[in-house]
Amino acid sequence: MVETALRRPPLAGLVPPPGDAVVLAPVPPAARFILRVRPAAQTAAGEAFGGPLPTIACRAATEGARAALWLGPDEWLLISPDAPDFTALAGVPHSLVDVGHRQAGITVSGPRAAAALNTGCPLDLDEAAFPVGMCTRTVVAKTQIVLWRTAPETFHVEAWRSFLPYVCGYLAEASREFSG
Amino acid sequence: MSSLRTASGGRIDRTKTLRFYFDGRSHTGVQGDTLASALLANGEYLLGRSFKYHRPRGVVAAGSDEPNAIVNLTRDAARSTPNVRATTIELYEGLHAESQNRFPSLQVDIGAINDLLSPLLPAGFYYKTFKWPASWWQRVYEPLIRAAAGLGRAPTLPDPDRYVGRWAHADVLVVGAGPAGLSAALAAADAGVRVVLADEQSEFGGSLLSEPTEMQTWLAEAIATLAANPRVTLLPRTTAFGYFAHNMAGLAERVTDHLANPPPHLPRERLWQIRVKQVVLATGALERPLVFPNNDRPGIMLAGAARTYLNRYGVLPGKRIVVATATDSAYRAALDLRAAGADVAVIADLREAPGEIADEARAAGIAVRTATSVVGAGGLQHVAWAALAPVAGGAPEAVPCDALLMSGGWTPAVHLFSQSRGKLRFDADASAYLPDVSAEHERSAGACRGVFGLAEAQGDGAAAGASAASGKPYTPSAATPNGGGWLGLMPNAPAKKAFIDFQNDVTAKDIKLAVREGMRSIEHIKRYTTTGMATDQGKTSNMNTLGVASGALDATIPQIGHTTFRMPYTPVTFGGLAGFSRGDLFEPIRMTPIHPWAAEAGAVFEDVGQWKRAHYFPKRGEDLHAAVARECLAVRASVGMFDASTLGKIEVVGPDAAEFLNRMYVNAWTKLGVGRCRYGILCREDGFVRDDGVVGRIAQDRFHVTTTTGGAAGVLNMMEDYLQTEWPELDVWLTSTTEQWAVIAIQGPKARAVIAPLVEGLDISREKFPHMAVAECTFAGVPARLFRVSFSGELGFEVNVPADYGRAVWEAIYAAGRPHNIVPYGTETMHVLRAEKGFIIVGQDTDGTATPDDAGVGWAVAKSKRDFVGKRSLARAAMTGPSRKQLVGLLTADPKTVLEEGAQLVDDPHQAVPMTLLGHVTSSYYSATLGHSIALAMLVNGRARIGQTVHVPMPNGAIAVRVVKPVFYDPEGARLDG
Repeated sequence: MVETALRRPPLAGLVPPPGDAVVLAPVPPAARFILRVRPAAQTAAGEAFGGPLPTIACRAATEGARAALWLGPDEWLLISPDAPDFTALAGVPHSLVDVGHRQAGITVSGPRAAAALNTGCPLDLDEAAFPVGMCTRTVVAKTQIVLWRTAPETFHVEAWRSFLPYVCGYLAEASREFSG
Repeated sequence: MSSLRTASGGRIDRTKTLRFYFDGRSHTGVQGDTLASALLANGEYLLGRSFKYHRPRGVVAAGSDEPNAIVNLTRDAARSTPNVRATTIELYEGLHAESQNRFPSLQVDIGAINDLLSPLLPAGFYYKTFKWPASWWQRVYEPLIRAAAGLGRAPTLPDPDRYVGRWAHADVLVVGAGPAGLSAALAAADAGVRVVLADEQSEFGGSLLSEPTEMQTWLAEAIATLAANPRVTLLPRTTAFGYFAHNMAGLAERVTDHLANPPPHLPRERLWQIRVKQVVLATGALERPLVFPNNDRPGIMLAGAARTYLNRYGVLPGKRIVVATATDSAYRAALDLRAAGADVAVIADLREAPGEIADEARAAGIAVRTATSVVGAGGLQHVAWAALAPVAGGAPEAVPCDALLMSGGWTPAVHLFSQSRGKLRFDADASAYLPDVSAEHERSAGACRGVFGLAEAQGDGAAAGASAASGKPYTPSAATPNGGGWLGLMPNAPAKKAFIDFQNDVTAKDIKLAVREGMRSIEHIKRYTTTGMATDQGKTSNMNTLGVASGALDATIPQIGHTTFRMPYTPVTFGGLAGFSRGDLFEPIRMTPIHPWAAEAGAVFEDVGQWKRAHYFPKRGEDLHAAVARECLAVRASVGMFDASTLGKIEVVGPDAAEFLNRMYVNAWTKLGVGRCRYGILCREDGFVRDDGVVGRIAQDRFHVTTTTGGAAGVLNMMEDYLQTEWPELDVWLTSTTEQWAVIAIQGPKARAVIAPLVEGLDISREKFPHMAVAECTFAGVPARLFRVSFSGELGFEVNVPADYGRAVWEAIYAAGRPHNIVPYGTETMHVLRAEKGFIIVGQDTDGTATPDDAGVGWAVAKSKRDFVGKRSLARAAMTGPSRKQLVGLLTADPKTVLEEGAQLVDDPHQAVPMTLLGHVTSSYYSATLGHSIALAMLVNGRARIGQTVHVPMPNGAIAVRVVKPVFYDPEGARLDG
């Protein structure tokens, strides 16, 4: 489609660092929305999205290629292959805002992925403290990110597009000490 | 010089010889040596010159408490580190070190004249000497003092090494891996919790590394047990330098300093920031020197250090040894040295009745003199004799020696405990300050809380470690006094040249002088004499200072108190603290989707916060002014395009969206129709302008709010704050969309002609799409929000497209504009165009003290609204009236004169300084369109002064300016429709 040809995603120029102790890679293209809705309508919103909205703080729920990341008591980041159809929610107060061009994601994976992230992220990334399926807003050094652990040694990092060169540069620099 | 290396023993590998260089001379050491031990083994006693008097100095200690043996360590021109302790430098092949503070050489040093002049250089010398004449201060004294101040030379080249940071969490952090720390870590690890064990030395073991042999099996097993536990992180060569609030510790790990050829992927240092539930401090104790004349001669060292050099490094401190002590522990050194074949001439014990260990020494054939004080030492660049005198009085006897070992007792290392705001108490039995009341979840174990003795320290550590793992309250057992100790000047010893602080050259005489001259507080004595203020922060000197001050003030030590312990425990490199924050990673460099096009087009960029914005687009040979003049004229005559993507954007969605904006902004929003925009002003609660921007109504329940580039994050935070804390009942939500949209402004009479072919599904004619309209459409093949707005006064559009399309759409507009000679322009032209129209920039024309009316946008305030943020403040009397500064325009008589932004305005330029200031120039440019300079200003009662003349006082004379209305171009607004 014509639109795709015109797109220039922010991670086109990502050069992954050497070694396999830490691997940086862009996540595949996807639609992204921020959903805000009050508790009464959360079930209906989940049905419209095609996947449940997690209600436990800082947890993500996936349904096939769809993921809903809890970012706040009434806030989710929705990631899905296509734009979800929320017409069923007409008349229900909510906010659905397209952020598919605002941000993009990378995966940070490998046996030293957590250590590389901890170079700039102050959270406890021990699996007991930050298990698979946990997600949160946090930082990599001077930049805000959303961090989501998708596997014991794999993290999904979302950042706003203008911060991605910094995030990737920082994590690539952090990975260097594990490349020997 | 003869070798002092023993034939066997120690933790060194005699088969691995390492060549190294000190002051250019080649020496050899072995694997496991420190620079200090290797130099001592080579008979090199003289390692440096002291700071003030340039006295010859040698090794005093064996660890990070070393005050004297500090050197410059060099790998190459860029890797040069001054003031490194030779006692902590692990030897590697090819190491280069140089002594400091000497000229022309260490042996022959001209600065040593200061030692002879020392009667003229007492404590407080600076304060007494550099007072007259006052005019000399800047020209003579300060440059002189600055030249003399500081030790070592900072490298001048950029640091080529890498430094990394690491955040970590654990249940228990144990600081210090001596017998207490290892026992604590073992006990905590046994409980199954996450443990971090850090020690500043290259090997774990602490004091055990200085023991002969019996404990080595236990040590090896303890380390192996910990290393095999995946829940335990072992950090050797790691100094816990800071203890911060909420059990946060700062640790500096030296990763590659000990390697001859560091692998390129490894950082030089790693800065750990560790948050833990419980801390066990097992930082040990530091031995105190004795204070007597010439106690700084090379060859005089701490008894415990001598024992370390013998048992750990296989180095004898000398061949004929005198020991002067106030404790039992020095006997251990004497006995070990005797067993190693050294001649221990005599042990001079200050005490009348030393313990059983004295009998052990006598049995080994060592003469012990009790109640004997060391009252002096002789020798020029190396100790040659010790003067011993009975405490009861009598003539001193000079005993020849080439090594004089001293022990005044052990000072618990309470630095980290005190940094954590824990309260200390003075323990008279231990002659030391000990940890008393904790401020953090922390406990001290072993010698750092006065528990001496190997078994006692192990037991104390194990109890502390187990309790830390459980997190339960902990009552430590009683401390165990360490048998004696002495604080301050030795009995019968003169105070002259009796050094307390070796590194800052402070003597007992200086402390007494400070007290005589009126200093009472220990903090004043410290600053007056500089004792404890060198790079070692007085590790070996603080308690002796208290001892001397106590005598001089006739007060007990608890009455005097103690100085503040501050981080870092030992110096930390700037590189370690900076980490990645240098070069490209110093700050995020934010770039718009259109940035690459602008860069290829030769744009000059400016920093706007973290953003890089195109400042102007120079053609060949153009400077800023020429480019901006061309860009401005092109926009006014035809059309220009501008990357406005950095503009802050907030999507405000929900049934209560209009009501929310009504409460936030000064404007009225409920009647704004879908498809229309309005210029909004946002005030703070105090009524002053905080931000501005165009707000478009996309749907009944959806607004597209724009903010200033710099205000984007702050405005969203402010709105969220009000929404969550004041009006949680409103059904409205805020989402930042700043980066969702690329924004391209097309401004100029030809703007509609340029974009018309690109717009699908929207009639953008003057009638159907008037000024301040907004609509969704397809633009250049992609979904877009098109605004008809103008920040230039010309016909203008701002097209918002999803950011990935930004560059393609920019290129499409540029191609469509070529027939109209479209000009890409930068922020400078944008600023000039808006100033010609008198449009303010919040933060430039306002400074946080301007009301909407002051800024000339009072018309935006919806006075009929019941409330909005800032409304009540705006009603205060002080917010109106003739005292307010108001936005005005200024014109100079000479059209070429461009005023300086920030310049002050006065009525009478001949009045006396300080003048009565009426305001200042906020924006000032040369307008190519108008053919003369223009300026905006905030001026007291400005609108009433229109037509009058005010003055701008400048260094070269005052400039008269005429006050005018702030709209310089097209005041009727006729050009908005093209």
